[in-house]
Parts: sequence; C-alpha cells; structure tokens
Amino acid sequence: MKIIHSENLGYEYQSVNEQGEVELAKQALSGINLDIEPGDFIAIVGPNGSGKSTLAKQFNAILTPTEGTLWVDGKDTAQEANTWEIRQNTGMVFQNPDNQIIAGVVEEDVGFGPENLGVPTEEIWKRVAECLKTVGMYRYRKHSPNKLSGGQKQRVAIAGVMAMKPKCIVMDEPTAMLDPNGRREVLQAADELNKKAHVTVILITHYMEEVVYADRVFVMDQGRIVMKGTPREIFSQVETLKKYSLDVPQVTMLAYELQKKGLPLPHGILTNRELIDEIVALARQEKKEPARPD
Amino acid sequence: MIRDITIGQYYPSESALHRLDPRVKIIGTLVYVISLFLFRNPAGLLVATLFLGFCIGLSKVPLSFIFKGVRAILVFLLITVVFNLFLVPGEPVLRIWKLTISREGIHTAVFTAIRLIYLIFGSSLMTLTTTPNHLTDGLERLLEPLRIIHVPAHEVAMMMSIALRFIPILLEETDKIMKAQTARGADFESGGLIRKVKGLVPLLVPLFISAFRRASDLALAMEARCYRGGKGRTKMNPLRYTAGDRIAYGVILLYLILLTVALRFT
Repeated sequence: MKIIHSENLGYEYQSVNEQGEVELAKQALSGINLDIEPGDFIAIVGPNGSGKSTLAKQFNAILTPTEGTLWVDGKDTAQEANTWEIRQNTGMVFQNPDNQIIAGVVEEDVGFGPENLGVPTEEIWKRVAECLKTVGMYRYRKHSPNKLSGGQKQRVAIAGVMAMKPKCIVMDEPTAMLDPNGRREVLQAADELNKKAHVTVILITHYMEEVVYADRVFVMDQGRIVMKGTPREIFSQVETLKKYSLDVPQVTMLAYELQKKGLPLPHGILTNRELIDEIVALARQEKKEPARPD
Repeated sequence: MIRDITIGQYYPSESALHRLDPRVKIIGTLVYVISLFLFRNPAGLLVATLFLGFCIGLSKVPLSFIFKGVRAILVFLLITVVFNLFLVPGEPVLRIWKLTISREGIHTAVFTAIRLIYLIFGSSLMTLTTTPNHLTDGLERLLEPLRIIHVPAHEVAMMMSIALRFIPILLEETDKIMKAQTARGADFESGGLIRKVKGLVPLLVPLFISAFRRASDLALAMEARCYRGGKGRTKMNPLRYTAGDRIAYGVILLYLILLTVALRFT
C-alpha cells in the first residue's frame, strides 16, 4: 500500500472579511497527484512561494485539501476522525528549531509526543533513550535545549518526532537556519532513520546538494508538481531547472558545461566522485586509442 | 548583562527537603503561612520558629539565600511596622509630639513583622528547594480536583512551563533587537523618564511581533505532535508519594498539634 497517495489535490488560502465573505483567495496548490511508497526518501524542491510548505502541512493534516483528496496510510486527511492518527503516523520537523522544542530539558521534550499519545511511563523512557541514541544526542539528555547548537536542537526535534513511532516523517526546510555543520548532522540523522528504521522521509528543501541522496525528487512551481524523477533524471535537465530558477549542484553544473564544450560525459552527474571517475575513464580511453597520426 | 537574570531561585542541593514531592512542599508552605496568623502568644511563636529552623536546617540552603527574600519586602515591612506602632490604640507607653506608641502597638508591630518575615522565609524555602518544573507539576496535580468547577489546571501548568522555557530565548532576542535598533540610531540610555519610556517603543514592538510569531509556530509544532490538552495524557515523570513524603505530612501534622497545644498556654 502507498503511504501517501493524492488525487488532484488542491488548496486555496482564503481570507474572510467581517461579513464572512471570502475577500481574497490564493490558490497555493493545484492538481497534485502523488504516490509515495513506504520506506522512500523523497525530496521536494522548489523556489520560494511554490507551495512546498503548504504541501508539507497537508501530509500532517494541519491543513486539509480544499479540492481533491489526500490519503495518508490509507486514511483520508479531510475526515476529522482521522486527524490524530494521521498526525501520529506522519511526524513533522519544522524550520525554526527554537519554536518547536516545548520542554526545558532535552529528554522531556522528546517525551512530549508519547505523553500526548498516552504511552505508559516506562515505555516513554525506553523510547526517549532509544531515539536520543539514534540521533546521537543521548549525552545531552539532561541539558537545557537553549544551550545546544542549531543542528543539535534540530536532532532533538527529530528524536521527538521519532518517539511517536511514525511511519513517515516530513521535514519542512529543517536545515534552512543551520550552518554547514548543522546541516550535515541533520541530513545524516534523516538518512539514518530512512536506512535503519525504514521510515519514509519527505525532505523539503531548497538546497540542491541535499536532494542528491533522495530516491525520488519532486520539483514544484506555482503550486504544481512540474518535474518528477530520480535525482539523476532531474539534474540532467539543467535548462528546465533554470527555468524554475533552481540551481543544480556545482559538480552537475561543471559536468554540464564540459559537455557543452564537447566532452562526452553522461547526463546528470551528481557527485565529485562520479565526475572524477568519468573523466579518468575518458582519459584512459584516449590513451588506449592514441590519436591517429596524420 | 540582560542574560544574567536567573529564572526562579532554585538552589541545587541533595537534601531531604529537595527530594520531597512538590505537593508536600506546596501544602506544607500553605499550612505554615496560614498557621502564622493563628497565634498571638510567645509559646506559639516558639513552635513556629522551631519548625522553620528545623526545615531550614534540613534543606542545607545557606541562610544568606533565605535572607535575600526579605530584602525585597524591606520597605513594605518598615511601613507596616511604623503604622502598627503608632496607630494601634491602647495603653500609652511613649509620647512623641502628637504621636503615641501604645503597649498593644508594640506587640502588634513585633508580631506582624515576625509573621511577614517568616512568611517570606517559608515561601522562599519552597522555591529554593523545588525546581520550577516540579513546582508546576505539583501545582497541576493539586489543582486537578478543581477541574470540576472548570479550573484549567493542566493548561495553567503547561503555560507556566512554556513561559519558563521561552524567557531566556526572549531575553536573547531583546538583546539582539536592542543592538539592531541602536545600530539604526535608537537611543535607550539618555533623557528623562518619559523619553526613556518612549525609547522602548522601537524595542517592544518588534519583540511582541516576534513573540506572537513564535507562539503561533509553537502551537503548530505542538499540534503536529498530537497535543490536545490534558485529556488522555500520560506523564513521563508522574508524581508518586514515597515513605519520605508520608513522614513529611506527619511532621506537618505534628507541628499543627504542637501549635494547638502552645495556644492553650496563654
């Protein structure tokens, strides 16, 4: 069964005036058809205002579609009776680490979710220890979150979501406010969850480098999904990406430029290693077939 | 500078008083404070003093910390003493110009002063030996029965603990905004009182906006983690009475009995 499935999903922000009439409406999402398999690592990218965050909030039933239907783990998010089950099944990590940590001690914050679910006390402690170990924050369990770095706070937030045992975790630009070290820590934690705990991860970002490790990428623009595919498929279309004012990783760009200059490189090179290997292979080939004498 | 303010006045230590259940300490303090107003004789005072001394000794909190609380109410204390001294009618002892000091006046002034000081000592002892988190937990449990008359016990406790968590964050933010506004030419230092208060506007407006934004973000994060009020919630650190807590209740009861006995000795 698909963990997330949507048919023609649309969402419209409305502001209502004092008479209760709709004054201003903005179509934030339209015609979105999604299929996400359990265990996938999905990246959603797009320029600012493309509807990424609005879509993320749909997965957690914070917002519900104004058009079409969204099923999370087989449950329709528009049904109010499903809301809490959906929220337990899809955890959410937000952008600002300070504004999502509730308690004054790290371990108590991780315990907040399970407390809300009514998990028995002993089980909460077990989950808290386990989740803090997974994200590598067990040493800091007695600390105040205020004294941690941004990356560490974000890892605590991830542990807090994990402690609710979700099937899927949605991260809404979790690295936007972090320094490069913090970004690496958070991505590593996300990757580990996906690989070891087999949790479906949906990463929303505008850093193209973070997309490289995803199984599939969705590119959004003006409330629509405009491109779908593996990172390689997406990044091989440099020109199309530019149209949506999105960058490609530096290596991919370099490979693309070299290709234009006539070097026979494959499309969609994603990492430094790949490019090096390709160039070395090319050089070897040239040696094997030495240039014909004139 | 602004960040040096400590929240609450918890004094970390490993004493018997620190380990007590917060509920015992809250009830104990309440009982003690009320009891202070029940006696007017030296025997009662002696019992109250001994009990307080016993608790302070048990808490291992240095006396200087306990005295600190009195400093805050010094002016208030002085005013009360002076008023009692001169305004309570009775057998005159001393006459200065048009003012008379009566025997009853001295008696009332001394007792009121001692009561107020003991009241502060008692309540400081509670906050010094209990972390803010424990206090909120204790308060929540004690207020729980009042849910029937719609007292939002859980909500109040939750608000208190969130406030405690956000005080340092907002202080840091105040610092940041202050620097940013100073860089733009705002002046927080010079001028009279009115100018200084007016000068706070460019500090308070952005601070409030940011606080509201944080509040809305936090509410979203809490809902995303299935928070739906106190109903059906379990506790990570549930309060449970231990043998020590039962003994403490016994000690409080003993104090009340001794006080009643002392009251008969007039």
